[in-house]
Amino acid sequence: MKRLLPFFVFVLLCGLLGFGIWWNTHHEMNEVPSPLVGKTAPEFTLPLLYEPTKSLGRKDLLGQPYLLNVFGSWCPTCQDEHPFLMREGKSLGIRLIGLDWKDQPEAAKRWLQQFGNPYQTIIVDEDGHAGIDFGVYGAPETFLVDAQGVIRYKRIGMLTPDVIARELKPQIAAISAGRVATP
Amino acid sequence: MLPELGQFALILALLLAFLQCAVPVYGAWRDNATLIASARPIAAGQCVFVVLAFAILTYAFLTQDFSVAYVAQNSNSALPWYYRFPAVWGAHEGSLLLWVLILNIWTVAVAALSRRLPEVFMARVIGVLGFVAFGFLLFTILTSNPFLRHLPALPEGNDLNPILQDPGLIMHPPMLYTGYVGFSVAFAFAIAALLGGELDVASVRWARPWTNVAWAFLTLGIALGSWWAYYVLGWGGWWFWDPVENASFMPWLVGTALIHSQAVTEKRGSFRAWTLLLSIFAFSLSLLGTFLVRSGVLTSVHAFASDPRRGLFILVFLGVVVGGSLLIYALRAPKVAGGKPFNILSRETLLLINNLMFTCAAAMVLLGTLYPLIGDALGIGRISVGPPYFGFMFMLLMLPVVCTLPFGPFFRWAAADWSATWRALRPALVLAIVAVVAAKFVAPEMALRGLAGVAATLWIGTGIALYALKRWRNAPAGRRYTPEMLGMIVAHFGVALFFAGVLITEATSVERDLRFARDETQRIGGLDFRFAGVQRVQGPNYLADEGTLEVRNDEKLVATLHPQKRQYTGQQMQSKSDIDPGLFRDIYVALGEPSGTDGAWSVRVYVKPFVRWIWLGGLLMMFGGFTAACDRRFRVKAGIRDSGHEIRESSDDRAIFAFPNPESPIPNPGPQA
Repeated sequence: MKRLLPFFVFVLLCGLLGFGIWWNTHHEMNEVPSPLVGKTAPEFTLPLLYEPTKSLGRKDLLGQPYLLNVFGSWCPTCQDEHPFLMREGKSLGIRLIGLDWKDQPEAAKRWLQQFGNPYQTIIVDEDGHAGIDFGVYGAPETFLVDAQGVIRYKRIGMLTPDVIARELKPQIAAISAGRVATP
Repeated sequence: MLPELGQFALILALLLAFLQCAVPVYGAWRDNATLIASARPIAAGQCVFVVLAFAILTYAFLTQDFSVAYVAQNSNSALPWYYRFPAVWGAHEGSLLLWVLILNIWTVAVAALSRRLPEVFMARVIGVLGFVAFGFLLFTILTSNPFLRHLPALPEGNDLNPILQDPGLIMHPPMLYTGYVGFSVAFAFAIAALLGGELDVASVRWARPWTNVAWAFLTLGIALGSWWAYYVLGWGGWWFWDPVENASFMPWLVGTALIHSQAVTEKRGSFRAWTLLLSIFAFSLSLLGTFLVRSGVLTSVHAFASDPRRGLFILVFLGVVVGGSLLIYALRAPKVAGGKPFNILSRETLLLINNLMFTCAAAMVLLGTLYPLIGDALGIGRISVGPPYFGFMFMLLMLPVVCTLPFGPFFRWAAADWSATWRALRPALVLAIVAVVAAKFVAPEMALRGLAGVAATLWIGTGIALYALKRWRNAPAGRRYTPEMLGMIVAHFGVALFFAGVLITEATSVERDLRFARDETQRIGGLDFRFAGVQRVQGPNYLADEGTLEVRNDEKLVATLHPQKRQYTGQQMQSKSDIDPGLFRDIYVALGEPSGTDGAWSVRVYVKPFVRWIWLGGLLMMFGGFTAACDRRFRVKAGIRDSGHEIRESSDDRAIFAFPNPESPIPNPGPQA
C-alpha cells in the first residue's frame, strides 16, 4: 500500500492538470477579476500622441463616460481587434480614448496611418507606468470609466463584435441610465 | 518537395519508434535472442530518419522557404544566416523536433557505449527510450507539424522574435533539452531494472555517469538561460521564478537529489527505493515541465492562441508514462530495504538530508507553480505566489544543506568519527565567523542576506578546500583525486561561489531609474556616470538608438557603455542593454525612453557586485558533473566485479582515516611545481 502512495499523489496531480485544461477551454483567461472594477480609475497624466507638449489626465476626462483602450503597434492581437473598433467605435456613443502602451510614438503613428484611427484622443504611456497603475496584463485591454471617474467594466484581450454586443453595450447603457437618473 | 520528405521521414521514425519499443521488450520477456538483438539497429534507424527530418527543416530555414508555415512565422529574409539555425527551434514545433532529435542522440549513445552490459537489460532500456520517442513523435505529427505548407508561399516571413536573436540563445535550448532528455536514460535504466526484477547495484553504477552528464548539461542550460535573461531582458534580474524557469528547475533539483542517492546505492546498496523513485521523478518532472510550458495552462495570460489539444495530448502521455512507471514501481520495487546499516552520524545520513531537502524544494517549486490552478480548483480564484514565496522557501530548505555540506566528504560511510571531523573543519567555521564579524564592522549597513552569503560561502568553500588538502596529504600519490572525487570537489566549490553570488548580489546591488540630460553626470553606487547622448545606428536587420555612457571612478575612466533600443525590420522593438562585466561587480545600463525634447533620456543603471559568481558557480557545478562522469570506475566491466569493488572502495576510504599522519611532509609537489 505504501508503495502505491506516489501513484495516488500523481493521479491527484493529473486530475488538477486535467482540470487546468478544462478550465482553460471553458473560460478565457480574460476573466481574471480586476480589483479596480468599481473603484476610481488611477491617477495619470500622459502626453497626447499627436501633440506631445499637451497632456491629458484623469481629471480632464471627468463629466462624461469614456472607453480607454490599451493598444500598441507591436501587438498582433490589437491588429485583429482594430477593424472592430473602426467599425463599431462610433456607434458606442461615448468617447474612445486610446492608450498607446509601451510603444514608440512614431511606430504608433505609422500603425494608425496604415490601419486607420478609431480614437478621439490618444495618450502615450511609453514606459508603461500608467499601465502598471491600471493593472494591465497585456495588450489589448479595455476599461469603461463612468462620468465620476469610476471603472465600471474591464476586458482583458480582444473586443470582438460579440463581446461588444453582449457585454460592453449593456454596460454603457446602464451607465447612461444611471447618469440620467442621478442629477 | 523537400518538406514533404521531411514529413515522411517523421512518419517513418514514428513507426520505427513503435518497433523499437515493442520488439526488444517483447523479446526480453520471451527470452528471444533475435528480437533482443534488434534493439540497436532499430534505434539507429529511427535516429537516421529524425536527423533527416531535422536537416530538412534546417535547410528550409537556411533557404528561406516561406511556403512552409513554420518558417514563415519565425524567419524573415533580413534575418542573418547565423540566426537561422536557432530559428529552427525558436518556436513550439521546431523545438519539439529538437527534443526528439536529442532523445535519439542519447539513445544511440547509450546503445553504442553499453556493449558490455547484459543484452536483455539493454533491450529493455532501449525499448523504454523508444516508447518515449514514440510519444513525442506522435505529438509532433498530430498536433505540431513543422512541415505544414502555407500555399501560396508568403512573399516575406514574420521574423524571429528579437529577444531570441542573441548568441546566448543559440546554445541555451539545445543544452537545456540535452539535460532534460538525458534524465530519460536514468529513467529507462530504472524501468528496465524494475521490469527485469534484478535490482542489483550494478545497474545503478551503469546509470550514474549518464545521470551526471545529463545533470551537467541541465546545469549549463539553466545557467545560460539565466545569463541570457540577465543581459537580454534589460531588467537586470537573473532569475524570476516564472513557470517556464521553474519547469527546468524542478528536474534539476530532483536530479541533484538523484546523483547523490545513486552514489549511496552504488557504493553501499542502501536507498534503493529512493534511487528508483528519484529516477522516475526526475524524468517525470521533465515531462511535466514540457506540459506546463506547451499546454498554455499556466502562461496563458500572454499566450492568446494556445491549443488545448496539445495540453490534452501531453497530459495523456504524461499519465501513461508516469502513472505506468509508478505502478510498475509499486508492484516490483524491492520488498526489503537491503544495503548496509548505518549510524546517525554517517555519510548516508547526510546524503539522506540532501535527498529530503532537494525533493522538498522540488515539491515546493511545483506547488508554487501550480498555485493558480489550485486556486481555480478550490474556487477561491486565480492567485499567484511570486518570488517572495519561492525565495523564502528555497532559502529555508537550503539552510540545512549549507550547514551540513562540508561534513559530507569528511564523514565516513556507516559510522563517522565526529571528533576528527570537528577538528578538521574547525578552521572553516572560525573563518566564516571572523569574516561575518569583520563584514559587519566594515559595512554595518549590509543586509542579513549579505552576511549569510559571506558565511555560507566561506563555510562551504573552506570546508571543501580543507578536504582537498586532506586528500593531498594523506592519500597515496596516484589516487589522490580520482575523477569522481575531483568532480565532487569542484561541483561543491561551485555551490560556495553560487551562494556568494546570489546572496551578496541581492544584498548590495544598487538599482536606479534616472533621467539623464545630455552631458549630465550623476553619481550612482560610488561611480560617476556621464551621458553623452544618443545616436542612430544601422544593424543588419534593425535600426537602433544607441546611447553612450562614460563611467568614471575618481576621474579614471572605467568603462564606456553603449546600450541600444532596436527597431527590427519585422517591426518588433527590443532594448539591448550594455554591461561592463567584472569578477567583483557588473555595471549594467539599459536605455529607457526619450524624455522631453532636449535630448534627455531615461536610463536604467545597475551596479551589481559579485553577480558573475552566480554563473561561475553554475559552470563549476557543470564541470564537476562532467568530471565525475569520466571516472573509469563506471566504465570497466562493472557488473562482474560488483561486490569486490564495493569493499575495495570503502576500505580505501577507511584506510585514510585509520592512519592519519599530519606530520608527513607533502610527498610529491606534483606536476605544476
